[in-house]
Amino acid sequence: MTEAPRFLRPVKAPAANVGKAVTFDTPLPLDCGRSLAPFTVAYMTYGALNADKSNAVLICHALTGDQFVASDHPITGKPGWWTTMVGPGKPIDTDRFFVICANVIGGCMGSTGPAETDPATGQPFGLNFPLVTIRDMVRAQKRLVDHLGIEKLLAVVGGSMGGMQALQWAASYPESLRAVVPIACAARHSAQNIAFHEVGRQAIMADPDWRGGEYQLHGTRPAKGLAVARMAAHITYVSEMALQNKFGRNLQNRDAKSFQFTPDFQIESYLHHQGASFVDRFDANSYLYITRAMDYFDLAEEHGGLLSEVFRVNAARFCIVSFSSDWLFPPFENKRIAHALNAVAAQVSFVEISSDKGHDAFLLDEPEMFATVRGFLNHAASDLI
Amino acid sequence: MSASGLRPDLAAIADMIRPGARVLDVGCGDGALLEHLVRTKNVDGRGIEISQANVNACVARGLAVVQGDADSDLVDYPAQVFDAVILSQTIQATEKPRAVLNHLLRIGRRTAVSLPNFGYWKVRLSLLTGGRMPRTSALDYSWSETPNIHLCTLADFVDLTRECGASIVEAHALNPGGTTSRISPAKLTDNYMGPNVFAQGAIFLLKKS
Repeated sequence: MTEAPRFLRPVKAPAANVGKAVTFDTPLPLDCGRSLAPFTVAYMTYGALNADKSNAVLICHALTGDQFVASDHPITGKPGWWTTMVGPGKPIDTDRFFVICANVIGGCMGSTGPAETDPATGQPFGLNFPLVTIRDMVRAQKRLVDHLGIEKLLAVVGGSMGGMQALQWAASYPESLRAVVPIACAARHSAQNIAFHEVGRQAIMADPDWRGGEYQLHGTRPAKGLAVARMAAHITYVSEMALQNKFGRNLQNRDAKSFQFTPDFQIESYLHHQGASFVDRFDANSYLYITRAMDYFDLAEEHGGLLSEVFRVNAARFCIVSFSSDWLFPPFENKRIAHALNAVAAQVSFVEISSDKGHDAFLLDEPEMFATVRGFLNHAASDLI
Repeated sequence: MSASGLRPDLAAIADMIRPGARVLDVGCGDGALLEHLVRTKNVDGRGIEISQANVNACVARGLAVVQGDADSDLVDYPAQVFDAVILSQTIQATEKPRAVLNHLLRIGRRTAVSLPNFGYWKVRLSLLTGGRMPRTSALDYSWSETPNIHLCTLADFVDLTRECGASIVEAHALNPGGTTSRISPAKLTDNYMGPNVFAQGAIFLLKKS
């Protein structure tokens, strides 16, 4: 059943396209042993599917992203999160490709997540929502792709957690895609990354308004905890040099230090702003669930730690993109994937783009990334469209 | 340029590659040789290239190329997975030519190496008469700017292949006119006559003996 998606927050930009939501009654089996039924996937599409359905590109979003990749966000009114990459004439050209982007399950933009109503109780799921994994997210996306009648995707593209999903797509459904573009990601979440996530989760859970995850029932929101989680995470998205260049030790709206704990430095008020604007659009429990999904991601785990085994017999072409100053998913983690693919003779390219912008570089104006992705996709599509 | 449109040394290397082979081109540049091999010999080609712009050019050609460095990245490649490994006009720019050559011999069943000849008579004469580090059309850099940090003569390279336990399957001289001609490996170590004096460079096909 396809309908308009239901959002937790009011739509502030009525002119924005809200996209669609499809609800599946057949249960979605999950890695944790439980299943979800029914479950909803909210998604956006851009461009037109061609007659033989060979031009579909699935874009997977990152931890705090959503399906509004190339059009205005209906709740914030802000432009799509990847308009530099996706759109008419852009590297992922919506004049040529049919672009699909779906909110992940566990998310809070219309796909089934912890803030949605549990049909068994009539109350919000809260912590009764099952723990989902990256593979579960990809299973749900596969249902959507099947629902759209697409047998084989031209490409699956994603950055950060989106890159994890792209890799998982290649591992789970190698016959359902031609090309994979994992950007600024890793085949497993590192100890350091799990550590940062745990700090964020503890900040949320320490907020008295979190109410053991049942804040919806109490009419509260753990806004402070979620803001702190976002602030801590945001530091990991940028490089030391980018922060230094942008803010240095500059003071915010004052000539001298206040000798108080109000934000004196520009970097402090910048982080406060990041935290405050985030809580307006994101659900705290979703943040817990999605960070956990990333923590659990280790593609090689069920192959005895041998990453190359994951990709054995894989006809897809891979283009792996990393950024020199990304310390969340450093180039060596990305290159590990390339070496694993090389070891099983998969078609893989790897680039390490020189950038001082840190992990967030994949969302920013990086001409070399655009050139790489454009060239790769054009060639992948050359014998099809 | 040869009939294939390739640089003469690349054309000579292309002639050494069997159709359908698995090929790794280390320092593949903009992918001209790899693309030629894929198109005309249906090889399963891979590349390693250090320059971002060149990698992008390769990716746009549909080639599978990993941005990286011969000095640091070859260690990650398993043994004997490629039928042929190519290193064209690159060994003189590596930090550790012996380690690189050892890796190439380990990774590929055959290794094709092309390199400039510092024993070429014009280079010798330039140093003898000018008293400054030679600059030639093939090696047109000042000593302080050159990326070619490990220059050698053809005889020096033959010594290195022996030290690495490789045998020379075939060798071709890169002649001043841009032609190539097959040469006898035995003549390469003659200090004052033969290719070590008269060839601008050479192409070797090696195998682990």
